[in-house]
Amino acid sequence: MYRKKVLTSLAAAATFSMLLSACANQAGPGTTESSGSSGKVNIPAISKVDVPAGAVKPAGDGKATCPATTTLAYAGAQTGPNAQLGVNIFNGIQLAIDQHNKANAGCQVQFKKFDTEGDPNKATGPVTQLVSEADIVGVIGLPFSGESKATGNIFEQKGLVHITPSATNPGLTGNGWTTFFRGLGNDAVQGPAAAKFLTGKLGAKKVYLVQDDSDYGIGLGTSTSAGLGSALAGTEKVTTGQKDFSAVISKIMNAKADAVFYSGYYAEGAPFDQQLVGKGFTGTFVAPDGVKDDQFIKQAGDASSNAYFTCPCLPGELIPEFASAYKDVSKGSEPGTYSIEGYDAATVLLSGIDAGKQSRADLLAWVKAYDKDGLSKHYKWDAKGELQAPTVYGYKVENGKIVPVGPIGE
Amino acid sequence: MLPSLVPLLPTENDWITFDIPSLAENFWSATFDGLTFGAIYALVALGYTLVYGVLNLINFAHSEVFIVGCYAVFFTLSGLGFGPSVPRLDIWAIILNLLLALVLAMLASALTAFLLERIAYKPLRNRNAPRLVFLITAIGASFTIQYLIYLWRGPSPELALTMFRPTPIFDVFGTIIDSQQLVIIIAAVIMMVATDRFISKSRTGRGIRAVAQDPDTATLMGVNKERIIVTTFIIGGLLAGAAALFYVMKIPSGVQYSGGFVLGIKAFAAAVLGGIGNVRGALLGGLLLGLIGNYGQILLGNSQWTDVVAFVVLVLVLLLRPEGILGTSLGRSKA
Repeated sequence: MYRKKVLTSLAAAATFSMLLSACANQAGPGTTESSGSSGKVNIPAISKVDVPAGAVKPAGDGKATCPATTTLAYAGAQTGPNAQLGVNIFNGIQLAIDQHNKANAGCQVQFKKFDTEGDPNKATGPVTQLVSEADIVGVIGLPFSGESKATGNIFEQKGLVHITPSATNPGLTGNGWTTFFRGLGNDAVQGPAAAKFLTGKLGAKKVYLVQDDSDYGIGLGTSTSAGLGSALAGTEKVTTGQKDFSAVISKIMNAKADAVFYSGYYAEGAPFDQQLVGKGFTGTFVAPDGVKDDQFIKQAGDASSNAYFTCPCLPGELIPEFASAYKDVSKGSEPGTYSIEGYDAATVLLSGIDAGKQSRADLLAWVKAYDKDGLSKHYKWDAKGELQAPTVYGYKVENGKIVPVGPIGE
Repeated sequence: MLPSLVPLLPTENDWITFDIPSLAENFWSATFDGLTFGAIYALVALGYTLVYGVLNLINFAHSEVFIVGCYAVFFTLSGLGFGPSVPRLDIWAIILNLLLALVLAMLASALTAFLLERIAYKPLRNRNAPRLVFLITAIGASFTIQYLIYLWRGPSPELALTMFRPTPIFDVFGTIIDSQQLVIIIAAVIMMVATDRFISKSRTGRGIRAVAQDPDTATLMGVNKERIIVTTFIIGGLLAGAAALFYVMKIPSGVQYSGGFVLGIKAFAAAVLGGIGNVRGALLGGLLLGLIGNYGQILLGNSQWTDVVAFVVLVLVLLLRPEGILGTSLGRSKA
């Protein structure tokens, strides 16, 4: 009998407190909507990008021959919290290999995928297995900085060339590895460009920097804060897998920041932005390539409309022939972040195989000496494995989609 | 070994420093957030405390009873059309939906707790198994439920659920208390007071205290021990289900197979801090743990410190008062 009473009072308690929130909701209409436009600048989206006229395509001349066992591999996330970034890449690679094999009957290159879940602790296993397979002559990966750092030595020991389409931590090329090549600009380029974007085009006066605990987040955070100078209102750290950001958000609100730069991946970036807007933040949310994905919009919901992104990646969806071919591989979805970088990296390796560089040593030498245009940019590496003259693009969320706003940081 | 540590300390800012100005600036927002979390910890802590009081068993699977409640909230609300965006419903519809989610979560958690007791613990009791066996079974049950959820839902967190947009209500020293914090704290405290009254005043509550004090004598006095045990598990489950709704309200993206683990450990710590077996101790311990963790992370300048600070304080308190702050057992509590 008494139990019934308790249940009733529990329910009554809940009803009461929810009523309270109801009154509050009615009491303060417009508090969130009206201030939404304060200090916001609208940067128009761009609708086309220029493709280098002589860009190398995976198809080649169609006369290539190679042993049937010739294999290229992708190592990186296929599952895990940030899996979508990996999916974008291997779909790009798959497209390049499909186009190559279709055009070259005499050279059918195999494609193998190794799942690292994007986790530095898990990556060494699949990579060790990968390098021991003698048929694999070249690798595209690993996508993330932490796992690249953890596995670079394994590739080095076996002399296996690998091109990362997306790992941007600047320190990666300082390890003395001769097999590591970076197919995009690093965070020493992206960080200052992001800072310039924030204080310049976006007109932010007080930027709060929030970084995660990954090699990528820390490195990019450091290079961005240097570029922000006096506009930096404060720095805060979050942890991979963190779910609750209320303490960080209180600090941001108390500091009256008008923009937040989140240096990390979308798995934490999306709930962070969602909770930030939920707490009444009306400024701009800017995040780098690790957050720039449709998953961010899906997970953050309406809150994502305050987001801008920086990325040393080209908007592949604006290159019609690439975008339409990509959809055949990806079962209908548009090219994502780093799809075109994955495609280009695979093209570099495929053109080497076509040119008869079919051993690990030959293919490595081929990449070292490479000096040609790809779809996204010119590919020529320095002695450390960094590209020369990479570009950083800005993106924004518009009507639930990520659209490019053109090159930034120039 | 040493070289791999170097990149972990890229700047001198990574050394431990006390940021007192930041704590002063953020003191009130840290307080209210801390109380909000504390209230959630306390609701879950009650489940640990009650079961410990009656059976002297640390029911480690209670964190999974809680996470099942979170999934019930998730499925109910996403079935009703809630998602990461703020729902476009009028406020009465939202309240009705949330009440439905609350009831279903409480039922789901209570059912889980009931089944857990029947399947994992009762057979052991019937065989008079030693206490260590119960503990191992509890840990095993916890992992079993956790990984069943993993196999079913995968490693990624579920989509975030925004229940309503928190609106400012009070302004305390320049810090805004919003409706969300208020709902959680008030509802949780009312539930805890109700539980406390139930334990101290009702017939079943008296039975629970009797079994906690001396199971054999209680049985001789006509208390149905088995029924009391099941009731205790169900009460713990109901409270964990309610905590689940508040947890998802506070952390919209928190529904994940492993999401109960850390929260469960903290709730258990809260129960120990207040004095395990003591209903009021769970409330006090929960609120304290929430506050300490929040102050600590702001003082040390980084959210990674929350758990470290909370557990260091726990150890210090236990060094001075091994029985916890309030310290009396469930059986002897007159309240």
